Amino acid sequence: MVRVKQFIRGALLLEFVSAFGLAMRYFFRPKVTINYPFEKGPLSPRFRGEHALRRYPSGEERCIACKLCEAICPAQAIIIEAEPRPDGSRRTTRYDIDMVKCIYCGLCQEACPVDAIVEGPNYEFATETREELYYDKDKLLENGDRWETEIAKNLAMDAPYR
Amino acid sequence: MIDFAALPILQTVIAIPAEDPGWGLWVLMKLLQVLGFVIVLALLVAALVLADRKIWAAVQMRRGPNVVGAFGLLQTIADALKFFFKEIIVPAGSDKFLFILAPLIALVMAFLAWAVIPVAPGWVISDINVGVLYVLAISSLGVYGIMIGGWASNSKYPFMGALRSAAQMVSYEVSIGFIILTVIFVTGSMNLTEIVDTQAGGFWNWNMFRLNPATEFGLANYILTPVLFYMGVLFFISALAETNRPPFDLPEAESELVAGYQVEYSSTPFLMFFFAEYVNIMLLSAMMVILFLGGWHAPIDIGVQFLPGVFWFFLKTAFIFFLFAMVKAIVPRYRYDQLMRLGWKVFLPTAIVAVLIVSGVVVLTGAA
Repeated sequence: MVRVKQFIRGALLLEFVSAFGLAMRYFFRPKVTINYPFEKGPLSPRFRGEHALRRYPSGEERCIACKLCEAICPAQAIIIEAEPRPDGSRRTTRYDIDMVKCIYCGLCQEACPVDAIVEGPNYEFATETREELYYDKDKLLENGDRWETEIAKNLAMDAPYR
Repeated sequence: MIDFAALPILQTVIAIPAEDPGWGLWVLMKLLQVLGFVIVLALLVAALVLADRKIWAAVQMRRGPNVVGAFGLLQTIADALKFFFKEIIVPAGSDKFLFILAPLIALVMAFLAWAVIPVAPGWVISDINVGVLYVLAISSLGVYGIMIGGWASNSKYPFMGALRSAAQMVSYEVSIGFIILTVIFVTGSMNLTEIVDTQAGGFWNWNMFRLNPATEFGLANYILTPVLFYMGVLFFISALAETNRPPFDLPEAESELVAGYQVEYSSTPFLMFFFAEYVNIMLLSAMMVILFLGGWHAPIDIGVQFLPGVFWFFLKTAFIFFLFAMVKAIVPRYRYDQLMRLGWKVFLPTAIVAVLIVSGVVVLTGAA
């Protein structure tokens, strides 16, 4: 009896017709995907994207060349060289991040005592050549200047949970 | 000894220059017709590929291509240009001549079959009396493109894909032949234009429905109604198998054979296979419309006659293609043995029984 029922259902394509009806209902539902390059999804304030070196409001760079980030970096992507400046303060002369080696774990920004190196909200920094992903100090400071507003806001939003 | 000059085909070819001084003009006209068909088909393929992707996306609640041109209209053209400018890679172990020949065969055979398809009254390149046979023959030849492509690649996956494709297309052509036979019996003609003309005057005269009691079959027509409706459904499913569309896309089965017979192909040869596939899909949609859905005739008799026949033909073909795309979106792929079981143990017996019933009705009512 079950076999006969199954035969009739198969012969009349009942499954197919009901699946077609279901598919047509989904056909007219609102899309669940976002229109990516024009529309972007929400990001957490803790999002770990492209690195940036921040400055104080006075324009002085925050990094004091303590090299904690270089020490903690599990991928050994950071290279720092430092010398005292003429005014006596200790600053970096070289701050390179190999963005190809970096695993975006965020340990550098956790280790930083002065919130100098941070991972900002930017994730659209694909390049055409590998060389463009070897960031130096100028590039990182420029990122810091460009993303300062967003980075400061994200740090403030995340502060109560730390 | 055969008298070659007496053969009808040669007579027409030889006779034209002698009798008609305008034979050069005739050849030119035919060439222009062919060119027009090819250009329109190429543009339609571009539109169909996009429609296919959009429908598939919509069922999955995605957006589909929408960046290149308004609503992504130029997406297919951009893809085609990309293929043109890529490097043609010929594998070292392949048979170079056959490797390049295979996509050419597939594409040419896909276009050749369109020579007998009437899209509107008189809009046909060659209105021959055995149009149905011609379409069947050409679509059988089309499988050579896939087989040669799979063989010449000298690689495992293409070879498996080609074997599957050959077995599948041969199996389903048998049942398609029987299904078309029922239509030939009730219409009494193998000329596609005449088959369409017997279905004039509203959807109740179409072969798929046949609800009109005032035909030459009389009340016996209602015996044919369910049989031919079912044959229409079977023809649609067989057309899916014939064009390697999901759920019968075993020759290219991405998850098992990577892409089947297309694995080693890149650039323009790949584009030609792809193109041939969509031209074939359009061909089978058009055949479905011609054989079962009244060709260029409007679905109702009154009020809509100002619209040209080609409009109705296009509308119906587009609807069948929409069903093709929906099936791709909702039905999972068949296993190979299930595919063969369906073809030989379900479709073939059903089609043979239908042929018996239809021929019985035709003989007993003395019609046709």
